[in-house]
This record gives sequence, structure tokens and C-alpha cells, in this order.
Amino acid sequence: MASDGIEIRNLYKIFGPKGEDYVDLVKGGMSKAALNEQHGHVLGLNDINIFMPGGKITVVMGLSGSGKSTLIRHINRLIDPTAGEVIYQGNDVCKMSDAELQDFRRHKTAMVFQKFALLPHRTVLKNTVYGLEVQGVDKDEAEQRARKWITRVGLEGFEDHYPNQLSGGMQQRVGLARALTNDADILLMDEAFSALDPLIRMDMQTVLLDIQEELEKTIVFITHDLDEALRLGDHIAILRDGAVIQQGSGQDIVLNPADAYITDFVKDVNRGRVIEVDTIMTKKEPPKDALIISSGAMLEDAAKKLSEAGAVNAKIVDGTGKLLGSITIQDTISAMVTPATH
Amino acid sequence: MEWIEFPSLSRETLRDIRVTLDDGFKEFTRAYGETLEAMLEPLKIFLIWLEDLLISSPWIIILAVIVAAVYAGSRNWKIALGTFLALVAIGIFGMWEDTMRTIAMVTVCTITAIVLGIPIGIAMSRSDRLQAIITPILDLMQTMPSFVYLIPVVMIFGLGKVPGVIAVVIYAIPPMIRLTNLGIRLVDKDVLEAADAFGSSNWQKLKDVQLPLALPTIMAGINQCIMMSLAMVVVASMIGVRGLGQPVLQAINNQYFTLGVMNGLAIVAIAIIFDRASQAYGKRLQKHSEVIHG
Ligand SMILES: Nc1ncnc2c1ncn2[C@@H]1O[C@H](COP(=O)(O)OP(=O)(O)OP(=O)(O)O)[C@@H](O)[C@H]1O
Ligand SMILES: [Mg+2]
Repeated sequence: MASDGIEIRNLYKIFGPKGEDYVDLVKGGMSKAALNEQHGHVLGLNDINIFMPGGKITVVMGLSGSGKSTLIRHINRLIDPTAGEVIYQGNDVCKMSDAELQDFRRHKTAMVFQKFALLPHRTVLKNTVYGLEVQGVDKDEAEQRARKWITRVGLEGFEDHYPNQLSGGMQQRVGLARALTNDADILLMDEAFSALDPLIRMDMQTVLLDIQEELEKTIVFITHDLDEALRLGDHIAILRDGAVIQQGSGQDIVLNPADAYITDFVKDVNRGRVIEVDTIMTKKEPPKDALIISSGAMLEDAAKKLSEAGAVNAKIVDGTGKLLGSITIQDTISAMVTPATH
Repeated sequence: MEWIEFPSLSRETLRDIRVTLDDGFKEFTRAYGETLEAMLEPLKIFLIWLEDLLISSPWIIILAVIVAAVYAGSRNWKIALGTFLALVAIGIFGMWEDTMRTIAMVTVCTITAIVLGIPIGIAMSRSDRLQAIITPILDLMQTMPSFVYLIPVVMIFGLGKVPGVIAVVIYAIPPMIRLTNLGIRLVDKDVLEAADAFGSSNWQKLKDVQLPLALPTIMAGINQCIMMSLAMVVVASMIGVRGLGQPVLQAINNQYFTLGVMNGLAIVAIAIIFDRASQAYGKRLQKHSEVIHG
């Protein structure tokens, strides 16, 4: 059940009463600070172009105020753009009529919020059916579908609790169950795990990855945490002052940070979990007794295998068993600790 | 000397203005009075029916029903017991019938205020422009001495129950409208955004999110409305509304201290019953917000 991708093209958002008037100035290179100082308008998004592949997790990362929430809210048009397009299945979300938009929100998207945004007067079950209720799905069927997801996110037995009887982690599980019950192709998650403790957060990431393996939805995940971005993101875009300053896979970003800002961001990252063996392998002929490691494995896993086997060399093979190159334990460990320069 | 006295309009001009306005209004009354009266006929029928029901049923049944209703609403036996004792005392001191009339009057006025006030409050919460227009009108309704708007009401409807209801509703509806508006405006923006994100229509948002979340504030409005209706029964008795207000008025005119105090206390007792019962009911509706995760 693969989902379709989302293409964001030349998207601009300028907050203020006369945003449209300043698009050309921004296109001409006016900065966020200058726009605010000279014209009293806030530059929210500046020429965003991102392709969010279908069935994959796209992470949008950036510091506070960089425009992450603004960007994700354009995908279901909770915020109207000043200029630009958001294309899904060949339609521009920004041009939809009110009725089309309502339909799009009901059937194609679901959203999880940083502050959970549950309905405090409804039980877990009643919160979870909300999306289906809005769609007009029959009550019994809606509750049956909701129960399945409540169980899936680990909240079985809490169906009749009210949100404020639950911990933050449990509340966000309700938020996730509510979104998943909608059975929409697009899942929008705005800092969905940011309010949670680190351990619970890891837990929730695992839940999400498990579910994603099965469902292959098009997920847009916002975070300001690089570790989270690298763990979840198939594709990562980094925002600053409303503009994308780099996008690519986690490995691309860690290995080739586009500027000093990103270098700073990635300097403390656990490289062993991000860099693949393919990146550091050489064409040197491996010895006969070399270990076999498959292409795409992370350095950390390779190092673990090598040291457990007491081996020094490993050959890297692809899915069909074809030899691609070789690594040594020294190369692996040094790539994990020092910035690899290529 | 010119600076001592304020240069007001001459007596003749002032008189002319008064006469013109009064005549105009009398004209209006003659033209539309009957239509207006006919429009409010159902209200009158309902009030008379309720009053008859309360007075002509056996007192023991009414007592049981009221105590049961208070208990059903509040789930609090102390409030129910207090209600029972207060009503028994009222009966013993010979004020049963007047009390029933007052309860009927307050019930009808409160229902009218709710039926009119909640939609106005909702409309007001959806438009800043409307809020800017209605707020000063509500201020006027609350500060204008009630005797002033009794004049046109009596001119149109004469003396009796219906003008009484109108006067009481004018006085008691502002908190209903204000608190409905406020309650809806205070609903958490994040929750509203979530409702939008799931594609809720305006009506779905209103009935599933805004009204339920505004309910505690709206309940406070209803409570205020009941209290203010009760406070108006004495004034309303001046235009012929029967009930506990009338003996009080009589007591004022004839300086009957004890009569005044007894009827006054009966009004207070009803007020306390209504207040505690409606507040306990409102709290019970909010049960979900009581249990906080430890
Ligand atoms: N309604 C608005 N009116 C004016 N400016 C706004 C509005 N909403 C957001 N902004 C501005 O747009 C910029 C981006 O805000 P946004 O909320 O998207 O940031 P964010 O990356 O989500 O930050 P955070 O991590 O704090 O959530 C900020 O400078 C913010 O002040
Ligand atoms: Mg944000």
C-alpha cells in the first residue's frame, strides 16, 4: 500500500497584512531580518523546494523559529501560502476549494501535534474515533477500527480513561492512534515527540518505525533533534530562517555538511549509526578468511561484528553476494571517531 | 452671569422633543403592540401552565419532585436535604403558593434567556465586529436602571406576566451572552487546530469541540442568570408579577417588617437551592477535568 509523494515548489510565506507585496523583494534576496526591520513583515518560508517521497519519512529539521511548523501546516493548508505550490497526486493543495480541502484533510491527511491537542472532554476511545466521526463513518465500525490502533500503540485497557489521567507519553500515543485510525496516506507530525522524556521518546520512535515498516505512509516529521532526524529520516531537510539550507539522506548531511551551521549541528552525532560501510570501503582485495558484511550496514554494526569474531578484515557484498569492496577494523573505527574527509 | 448656568435648550424645545418622542412611541405601540403581544403568547401560555401545575398539584408530590431533581442534578445528599428543609419551612410559614409562582417565573425567564442568549453568544464569538456592537448594548442593559425600561415594556404590554418576563430577561440575559462568548473564545487554539486538521466542518467544530469545552463557562452564565432573575422578582412585582415579590412590595409600602423579612428569606432560600444545585451539576459535567494524573 504505497503512498504518493508530496512536492513542494517555490513556496513562500510572508506573515503580515500585505505579504504578497513583498514576495518580489524576498525573491530579490532581502533577508528575514531586513524584511522585518524595513517593512514589519515576518518571513516565514523562503523559496522552499522539497520532494517528499511517497511511503518514506521526510524529516524537516531546524532550530526554534526556523519555520518548521509553518512549513508542515502548508501541507494540509492550515496556513495559506503567500506564493508557491504543494502538489499531491497532481493537485495543488493551495488551489483547492473549501470543499475539496475539507475532503483532502478528512481522507488524505492526519496530524500529530507537539502539545498532543487531544479533546479533554473525551475518553481515549472517543478521541481516537474523532477523525472517522468527522468523516461520518458508522459508530460501531469507527470504534472497532479505533480499538485496533489503541492496542497497536500499547494503550489497551485505557480506552475509557480521560487524557488528563494519562502521562505525556501515553497522551501522545493517543495522538498517534487518533492519526493512524484515520487511515490517511499522509501523516504529518509536528515535533510529535519533543515534549517527551528521552526514554519514552526512543520508545515512540520505535513504535513509529515499526508501524511505518508495515504501512509505508508518506510521513512528514518535524524535529529540532538531529539524533531523532537521523534515526527516522529517509530524507532530511534542514531549515534556517525559513529557507532550506541542505537536504539529503542522513549520511549525506553528516558527511558533507553544507556550511558551518550544519557542521556545528552534526559534530556530536554518533557517526557509527549514520555512515554506511559502503562509504569507507576500499577496492583492496580482502584476505580469504575475511568476514562477510552486507552492503548498507552501519559502521557501528560492522565494528561490532568484526570485534565479536576477532577479525580484522571484512568483505562487503550486495544482495546477490557480489563482492563490492573491503574494510578493516582500523578504518571502521577511525571513521566512527574522526570526521571522514573525502 | 452667563457662565454660571449651563446653556441648556429652552423649556419649550425640550418639551417638544419629549412630546414628539412619546407620541412616536405611542404610535408604534398602537401599530405593533398587538402583534408583539401575539408573538409572545406561547410564552404566556407556558408560564401559566407551569404555574398552575406547581400550585394545583399536591404539595407533597411537588416537594418530592423538586428534591429528587436537585439530587439527580447535584448527586449530593446535603444539598438535597437542605432543599427539603428550606421548602418545608417555606410551606409552614404559608409562602408555598407564592414560592411556586416565583419558581415558575424564574424557570421560564431562565429558559428564555438560555434559548436567546446562547445563540447570540455563539454569533458574538465568531465575529469581532459583532462583539464590538453587542458589548456596549449589554453594558447598557446591565447599567440602565430597570425602572427605565419597564416604562416602554408596560406601554406595549400593559401590566402582567409577559412584561414581567421581558423585564427580567433583559436584566438577566447579559451574563448568559457574555459568558457564552467568552467560553467559546477561550477554547484552546491547539485543540481547534487539531479539529481543523481532521477536516471538521464549522458545525462539527462547534458541537464537538467549542461548546463542550466552553460548557463550564456557559454553566456559570446560566447560574448568574438564575441569580439575577431572582433578584428581579421584587421589581417585577411592581408591574403585576405575582409571587414572593408582591408581599415584599406590600411590606415596603406598609412597613411590615416581619412580612418583608420572611418573604425575603424565602427568595434567598430558593436562590441558594438553585445556585448550589446548578453549580454541583456543572461540576459533575466536568468530571473529566478533576482527576489529574499524579
Ligand atoms: N501567525 C504568525 N504571524 C507572524 N509571524 C509568525 C506567525 N507564525 C509564525 N510566525 C513567525 O514565523 C517564523 C517561523 O515560525 P514557526 O512556528 O514555523 O517556527 P518553528 O520552526 O516551528 O519553531 P519552534 O521550534 O519554536 O516550533 C517565526 O519567526 C515566527 O515568529
Ligand atoms: Mg514549531
